[in-house]
Amino acid sequence: MQNTSASVPDIHGRFGPYGGRYVPETLMFALRQLTEHYKAAQQDPEFQKQLDYYLRYYVGRPSQLYFAERLTKEAGGARIYLKREDLNHTGAHKINNCLGQALLCKRMGKPRIIAETGAGQHGVATATAAALFGFQCQVYMGEEDVRRQKLNVFKMRAMGAEVVSVTSGSRTLRDAINEAMRDWMASVENTHYIIGSVVGPHPFPMMVRDFQSVIGAETKRQCHEQIGRLPDVVIACVGGGSNAAGMFYPFVGDTSVELIGVEAGGRGAKEGEHASTLSHGKPGVLHGSMSYVLQSGDGQTANVHSVSAGLDYPGVGPEHSYWKDAKRVHYTSVNDDDALKAFSLCSRLEGILPALETSHAIVEAMRVAAKRSHEDVVVVCFSGRGDKDCFEVARLMGEDIEE
Amino acid sequence: MNPIDELFIRLKTAGRKAFIPFLTAGDPDLAGTAHLLRESARRGASLIEIGFPYSDPIADGSVIQASYTRALNKGVTVDAIFAMIKAYRDKARQLKENDVPLVAMVSYSIVHYRGVERFILDAKSAGFSGAIVPDLPVDEADELARLAGKHDFKLIMLVTPTTPRERAMRIARLSTGFLYCVSVVGITGERSQLPPDLLESLAWLRTQTALPMCVGFGISTPDHVRVLRDSADGVIVGSAIVRKLGAAKPIDEIAKDVGDLVMQLMDALQV
Repeated sequence: MQNTSASVPDIHGRFGPYGGRYVPETLMFALRQLTEHYKAAQQDPEFQKQLDYYLRYYVGRPSQLYFAERLTKEAGGARIYLKREDLNHTGAHKINNCLGQALLCKRMGKPRIIAETGAGQHGVATATAAALFGFQCQVYMGEEDVRRQKLNVFKMRAMGAEVVSVTSGSRTLRDAINEAMRDWMASVENTHYIIGSVVGPHPFPMMVRDFQSVIGAETKRQCHEQIGRLPDVVIACVGGGSNAAGMFYPFVGDTSVELIGVEAGGRGAKEGEHASTLSHGKPGVLHGSMSYVLQSGDGQTANVHSVSAGLDYPGVGPEHSYWKDAKRVHYTSVNDDDALKAFSLCSRLEGILPALETSHAIVEAMRVAAKRSHEDVVVVCFSGRGDKDCFEVARLMGEDIEE
Repeated sequence: MNPIDELFIRLKTAGRKAFIPFLTAGDPDLAGTAHLLRESARRGASLIEIGFPYSDPIADGSVIQASYTRALNKGVTVDAIFAMIKAYRDKARQLKENDVPLVAMVSYSIVHYRGVERFILDAKSAGFSGAIVPDLPVDEADELARLAGKHDFKLIMLVTPTTPRERAMRIARLSTGFLYCVSVVGITGERSQLPPDLLESLAWLRTQTALPMCVGFGISTPDHVRVLRDSADGVIVGSAIVRKLGAAKPIDEIAKDVGDLVMQLMDALQV
């Protein structure tokens, strides 16, 4: 196994062969500017101090590392701990990145923020940060998602953001990203684009990973406090891969820690039925970077499916592709039905409703824990709470809870 | 000699400018594209850009994306595009029709999927003289530029209003065939006005490169064309033409509309 930690990306944004910048020339100026500002912010203790302040007093960090006693008993093996990102303000890890980038935007003196969103979690987190700092905010969201996620649309609007319904192409997250990039191409002078995951052109995959790394860094410290050592296994779900990247990155150099990324297995391995990019995809270009991608013939982006809107993405962050090839992280997938079962199991046994994304990671944690001894410790990144998924889960269970 | 080089030498000698329409391959369908190619060439297009439909075209505005979506929904593939172009070229030669050079406008995703060298070879044997890869900036373009050079296939690179001067020089050095000067900040699509500093930046670029310079993005009217004709070696018109492809009309009428627009803009271009 090669050492995969601190050296990536290089100055060209390369994680081995992955990453880079496959974008129109018009965006290169903004990306170079952003890279420079980010570099300067990283070296500025005042910036870090400000970010820490908001993460602590506004988001409520550090999030707790919680020993899930009853899930542990149910699995009957290793001890399962949950890193409670669901307890953050806005209910998921997304806010970590949004606050970091919003502070950066403030530093760049740009008055306007745009973002894309699928199910709406990143949109809500962006609208939140925009409200907090007084930015103008526009969120691009696929037409279908606007219809399905009325509550999140309402939240964004309540916080002063404008939600733009995207009707082009497949009318999903993919097209929302395309639309946000187009906006940015024409508005780079006064607008910052807060991309929601570790995807896109350099410096986004690196920058989003860095802002999310607070998850893994806290987990490491909390493990030392609570169990006196590093965990044996760390598990996170992977759509674009931001909660996983933030959780894994601080552990990459600790080779005793097994890292497992869980993708959406959907309804099966046929094209269009899943979103397991690392398991079934191959290297290609999507949304500005080289990474594993699910493509149909000719390099067209394939359709994907997952019960979880946050994992329903045909690409994945380039650093995950790098970790996969280096065999530092093992990637697997969990199907819709098992994720739904884990949603119920975790709710009943722990009194915590997991997001459907998180439910995928819980399935894998139960499987892994069952095969290990009680001495071992498995940490799950509990990326978000399940409130947003209640309508969808109820619908799938045949219950009608809409008014 | 590459047909694109020949074209610009011929135009320069005649004191004329290049008019470059853009057509989406497969919109309204591939037979229609062949028809439109013939019509555009007959009405005086100097070179034709053929857009390869792509599912996630971030550089393109709504008109071209909608056109790509229509074509993809009809199942257009890269192989089918190459076959159509080859058939069109063979027929044009047979009939001794105006045989204009063709350039592929294609996302790097498609080029990479096929394999860079294989794409170049297949495109060349179909009858393309070069390609524009709008999502491949100069920083990532070394391999494609090297292989294109090896096979005398032009790689036309883009310079935009946000490109710093030093970088523009680097792009001009790597570009072959001509330099694609993007007129506006943003995506493709019609604009009511062209930016005021465009002519100045074209004049500066002129001092930096011997390549022909063609201006595109946002150009849709004879007035735009007249503003540009003294500063550029050619103009590229995309969305204004592609808009006509989606009309619910027989192909003959679409071809006439496209042909009329080509001729109108072509006339405005010549002094």
